[in-house]
Amino acid sequence: MFASILFFLFSFLILGSALLVITSKNPVNSVIFLIFSFFNAAGIFLIAGAEFLALIMLIVYVGAVAVLFLFVVMMLDLNFEELNKKTKFIRTGIVTASILIIEMLVLFFYYPEEQSFIINQDNNTNGLTNTEIIGSKIYTEHFYHFQIAGLILLVAMIGAIVLTLRHRDNVRRQDIPLQVSRDQEKNIELKDITFEESE
Amino acid sequence: MDYILSILFIFLQSFLVIFAVLMMAYLGIYGERKLWAAVQLRRGPNIVGPFGLLQPVADFLKLLLKEPIIPEKANKAIFVMAPLVTCFVALSAWAVVPFAENWVVADINVGILYIFAISSLGVYGIILGGWASNSKYPFMGAMRSAAQMVSYEVSIGFVIITVLLCVGSLNLTDIVLAQKKVWFFIPLFPMFIIFFVSALAETNRPPFDLPEAEAELVAGYQVEYSSSFFLLYFLGELAATFLMCAMITILFLGGWLPPFDIYPLNVIPGIVWFMLKVAFIFFMFGMVKALVPRYRYDQLMRLGWKVFLPISLFWVVLTASFLFVFDLAP
Repeated sequence: MFASILFFLFSFLILGSALLVITSKNPVNSVIFLIFSFFNAAGIFLIAGAEFLALIMLIVYVGAVAVLFLFVVMMLDLNFEELNKKTKFIRTGIVTASILIIEMLVLFFYYPEEQSFIINQDNNTNGLTNTEIIGSKIYTEHFYHFQIAGLILLVAMIGAIVLTLRHRDNVRRQDIPLQVSRDQEKNIELKDITFEESE
Repeated sequence: MDYILSILFIFLQSFLVIFAVLMMAYLGIYGERKLWAAVQLRRGPNIVGPFGLLQPVADFLKLLLKEPIIPEKANKAIFVMAPLVTCFVALSAWAVVPFAENWVVADINVGILYIFAISSLGVYGIILGGWASNSKYPFMGAMRSAAQMVSYEVSIGFVIITVLLCVGSLNLTDIVLAQKKVWFFIPLFPMFIIFFVSALAETNRPPFDLPEAEAELVAGYQVEYSSSFFLLYFLGELAATFLMCAMITILFLGGWLPPFDIYPLNVIPGIVWFMLKVAFIFFMFGMVKALVPRYRYDQLMRLGWKVFLPISLFWVVLTASFLFVFDLAP
């Protein structure tokens, strides 16, 4: 009873804040509502008994991804009124949204019940915590998928570095090993200067 | 009826924890000012009350009674929300901290992840406040803070993973109890150092207080904040600093455990040991501020990404291999 009230509360807040993400005029407000909907999604994970996923959601999405979103949106000097006039993405949006809705309907009506998403549905966890179950599943049954996911992330990371790394020759950089390895003998030269009497 | 009673009980516990944190903040700021004064051969606060002990109370009342000023061009809702976020986040993380055996409001399975998640939210208070002020210096401070806190979270995460490998549980009480034989700062000494320095950077403490560097940015993200908003930032930062001290205590210094399990030491209640250890780490934080000059921003980034990240990543692999080869994994 209490759990279902919470579920509807969180779902309502997710949908509401998701709507505000695309309708609010200021992009910073959009990002804040996005963060709020991430929070509520974490709440829904908690109700489902997946406390590990809930906190990973908070750490990865709210703690890292959304911070960078906010960072970028704040740095962009956007003209808000210009932005709001343009609605050229509305067709693409409608197509994407309808595809997603059809997918969800298919899942809703045809998904076999024995493959439910809930992990500890029959409480057959042998006293293991949520985290231990996820770990043992990922590292045994889904080992190759896990490795492939890791490789994809590695490729994406290298790609991002290659795209943004620029070497400029005329920039002086601090070379700390060079600084540390300097010693007195090589770098200080003593010279005898003879002062001549001038007239 | 039982339900209502248990809720009331949790409320009572939470108030007790918040009271304890605020008392820590009160004594912390007094002790820190006295410490810096001693290092610089000054006297420190000594006018209000005996030995100046009431100076923080006087400052608190002064800030509370002043007029809150909101800049005209500021984004008002976010401007007011930002210090609240900082304070709320810093205090709510204390819900899972075990002060002694079973002395914890919420003994959850994923306690360490909860603290890590909540402390990574602390950055929002700063970047939202800096942006909402609609002014150059706060904005610069906010940008610096965002980059800095995200960078050092990475190495903090790896250090936590190293400790978790030795414990085999995410529960904070289990982490402390796993240190009955030896406190983790002995086998994992390099990780202890990395965590200590990253904690300084994560809470914007000197020598990494670049978001509020007064020589470059006046007061960084809190330039436009006055009165009780400033007070909330101040309290939130202090609570976050003490949270990091408590985390170091739990992860590396054996929480509430006495140094040796022998007669006169193990009679002293666990909370006293816990508080002593937290106070010691806070003293070290204070000494760092008194002794170390501020880092330059590129040096800070270099330290985080090019020094701490590879070392902590290597140490995760090393610890895991060691535990696997000698079959010590819990």
